[in-house]
Amino acid sequence: MAEIESFKNSDKDLQKVEFTQVDQPGSVGFFGHAKGFWVTFSTIFKKPETVEYPEVKAPTQERFHGRHQLNRHPDGLEKCIGCELCAWACPADAIYVEGANNTEENRMSPGERYGKVYQINYLRCVFCGLCIEACPTRALTMTNEYELADDSREKLIFEKEDLLGPLRAGMLMPPHPMYPDMTDTNYYKGDVTQAHPSQDVNK
Amino acid sequence: MTTSAIVDMITVVIDGFEVSVPKGTLVIRAAEQLGIQIPRFCDHPLLDPVGACRQCLVDIEINGRAFPKPQASCTIPVEPGMIVKTQLTSAVADKAQKGVMELLLINHPLDCPVCDKGGECPLQNQAMSTGRTETRFEGVKRTFEKPINISSQVLLDRERCVLCARCTRFSDQIASDPFITLNERGALQQVGIYEKQPFKSYFSGNAVQICPVGALTGASYRFRARPFDLVSTPSACEHCASGCDMRTDVRRGKTLRRLAGDDASVNEEWNCDKGRWAFKYVTAVDRLTHPLVRNGAGVLVQASWPEALAAAAKGLKENTSAVLVGGRATYEDAYGYSKFARVGLGTNDVDFRSRLSSDEECEFLAAYVVRTSTTYRDIDRADQVLLVGFEPEEESPIVFLRLNKQFRKRALKVTAIASKLSIGVEKLKGDFVKVAPGQEAAAVAKQTLNAKSIILVGERACESAGLLTAVAALADSTGAKIAWIPRRAGERGALEAGAIGNLLPGGRPVADAAARVDIAAVWGVPSLPTTIGRSSDEIFAAVNAGTVGALLVGGVDPLDGLHSDDALRALDKAFVVALEIAPSEVTMRADVVLPVAAITEKSGSFLNWEGRARSFDAAVHDSLNRSDLRILSMIAQEMGTSLNLGTVTAAAKEITSLGAWDGERATMTSVSPAQAPSVSGDQFILTSWRRLLDLGTLQQGEENLAGTARQTVAVISPGRAKSMGVVDGELLKISTSHGSVTLAALVEDIHDDAIWAPRNSRGSQLLVNLGIGHGDVVTVVKI
Repeated sequence: MAEIESFKNSDKDLQKVEFTQVDQPGSVGFFGHAKGFWVTFSTIFKKPETVEYPEVKAPTQERFHGRHQLNRHPDGLEKCIGCELCAWACPADAIYVEGANNTEENRMSPGERYGKVYQINYLRCVFCGLCIEACPTRALTMTNEYELADDSREKLIFEKEDLLGPLRAGMLMPPHPMYPDMTDTNYYKGDVTQAHPSQDVNK
Repeated sequence: MTTSAIVDMITVVIDGFEVSVPKGTLVIRAAEQLGIQIPRFCDHPLLDPVGACRQCLVDIEINGRAFPKPQASCTIPVEPGMIVKTQLTSAVADKAQKGVMELLLINHPLDCPVCDKGGECPLQNQAMSTGRTETRFEGVKRTFEKPINISSQVLLDRERCVLCARCTRFSDQIASDPFITLNERGALQQVGIYEKQPFKSYFSGNAVQICPVGALTGASYRFRARPFDLVSTPSACEHCASGCDMRTDVRRGKTLRRLAGDDASVNEEWNCDKGRWAFKYVTAVDRLTHPLVRNGAGVLVQASWPEALAAAAKGLKENTSAVLVGGRATYEDAYGYSKFARVGLGTNDVDFRSRLSSDEECEFLAAYVVRTSTTYRDIDRADQVLLVGFEPEEESPIVFLRLNKQFRKRALKVTAIASKLSIGVEKLKGDFVKVAPGQEAAAVAKQTLNAKSIILVGERACESAGLLTAVAALADSTGAKIAWIPRRAGERGALEAGAIGNLLPGGRPVADAAARVDIAAVWGVPSLPTTIGRSSDEIFAAVNAGTVGALLVGGVDPLDGLHSDDALRALDKAFVVALEIAPSEVTMRADVVLPVAAITEKSGSFLNWEGRARSFDAAVHDSLNRSDLRILSMIAQEMGTSLNLGTVTAAAKEITSLGAWDGERATMTSVSPAQAPSVSGDQFILTSWRRLLDLGTLQQGEENLAGTARQTVAVISPGRAKSMGVVDGELLKISTSHGSVTLAALVEDIHDDAIWAPRNSRGSQLLVNLGIGHGDVVTVVKI
């Protein structure tokens, strides 16, 4: 404590700071230049790395952090339970979620709860992927899609419809009931592989 | 325990630190004094210790003799020579706590992502501080069907329960509604309801709030938000005069939940379900967003603020005007109305009592209530409590909780003078003095009280002529304290602010010239009107008679009075300026409608029945709505006078600068009781009160809450039931010349001449349906 008190700004005389001379590098000489230009020269004979984007689109690395996707169970029900752990994990406050109660007439996901509102603000998102790590149901993953430029702020707030993955073979568009005799635990274990005919309530 | 009493202090050593605490303090509390947090679930400072969860195990040694095993610190009081080692210094205690946590988690589901408690869960937090990082359990967890509704507003997830018994102890010890209990044994032990009597408690929300896990959750908040989404604002409850401290949690400008705040001198840590869950009225209805002005064709059309203010000012200036302000206005708003009537309109015709009222009440309030203060603390110390025209559980639930606490603690004697034995008084094991409706005064006069007694007078006391006179006489002769407990949150504030015909702000009698000079000086006006103002009913009558031409109405339901037809006719006839949050019977008939801010959108304060200020801040900040006070200032400006009350702070400052009246208190002229009407044959005398959960305007849009309202019934005595041949559940038609209601009969302890029905419940809106109040004769037939 005493040491901190005795230290005052006035003790430090900026005028008295000594500057030391740093040795400047001398000439590299002819061989030095030749070695440097050799990189340039040898590149002339290599295949160019330039990609004619947007006409040509090179694939990204497999684990590239691109646009998010909200996944579905194999019968089409949504995996998202609206728990907001992604929003909690997000360091940029880019995710907004509102949960809601599943009912027998309006079932969007297995279990009690689903994500009613799901928004990601791509003006804020830093693509760190912490949301993906936080997701307890693997509902949220990232795709490799990186073309996310647009001309207004509104368009860059992606809604649930924009983020939901497509319906694949064997899936039914929710809301629909759960697979007969299956619980939400069965869904998470992967026991449901495709929709059951009885789930097609719109037919 | 009073502060003057000499308290035995005991010194103990906890984790090597000495601490002196009063005798009887639990070890866990003593540790809190040192800032040592021992993990716990079942322990709650306001509930009796039970030691159910075993999470708070510590090593204890007394005078060198150690307990052989770790002990639950929430059940053991401190003793001299005690040395306590918590998890911080004792490896044994630490291991014991970790073991208990591991056992608790064995059957606890891993459903935190779908659990409402996630993020604010003591189990989550203490599993982090005291639990293992990984589970060693490999078996299958016990599961239960989930969730089950234990009432329409409380959901129970039995598999999440850690059997701490907080909910069951609360229901039993605090609310005296023992409808939930622990059933079964061992791993299958679970919270259950008694099937024949559903969990219909007015205080069930507290069980949800104190549940240390997500086993009990509220239906209306289910899956709505996480704690980090919410912006919390300390607030006060606007529902009744109990004056609960509250916390309002808002997400994106919308109130999602309200919790009971912690104020030991008022609501302790509790509140009622109405205060907790009835907040959707702000968003459920179509709010008024723009001023409306009635045009030449007689249609209300949208108008700009300057246009509307000019129209309002013109109408109020050109006519003889009066002010009606409902009992829901804040203290500052009521002060604004009071000042506006005197300064802007030059009249004392202002009345906050938009309900049944009497002149006797007016005088009683001026002589015995304004500027007095009887408090919850007085209830704690009273030797007996007399209830007059007041049903504590229905009309001011926190007063009921306080009475119940004292009844449980020291068998406080409660005497209720009423026609019907209420559920609340039954719980308090109160003396029920059974009188015919309208004959309460005689019974009051017979009571023996002393200076340590308290008389709790409800707003309904004014409905029985001579009753308030009798109360005043009893208090004068015995020295007992009087506490007037209105139902609405704003009434006491409005009384102190002088929003009543016979009083100016600070309890100054209008009739007193010195009082008028006092106020005129502060308000900067040459003089104040001298005629005593009229009551709401008289004002409506004056409009119908043509002597009053314009009304300024804020937050009034004309159907709450006894003469609702007259009121509606007056509103049709007069030039009406309405300050309201949503379309109502008044705005439909108004000539200028000005939208005002709801409670969540403004700051201010209420005075609860004690006269204690309960101030609150705006919970929603981006609202464009202005407070009543601000709008009144603008109208006054437009009229060419000045209120100088632009903000709540300005009003509060001005109220403080007025100070209290130190002159003569107004006196009361006695009123003699009315003759008992004679009833014969199928005639009964009606008595009624409003229930806590009913068709009240502020309970709109909350279906889950309405689901726990008590059944609408007509109560008659066993004797009359026998002579009429009526049993429970049979339908009775209660009729007057005005109209009728048909209700299921319930045979209970009630005066033989009386019939009771709820005043404003579904199927029983007596003021509108029957057009009569307390003590009037009805005809009842069995159908």
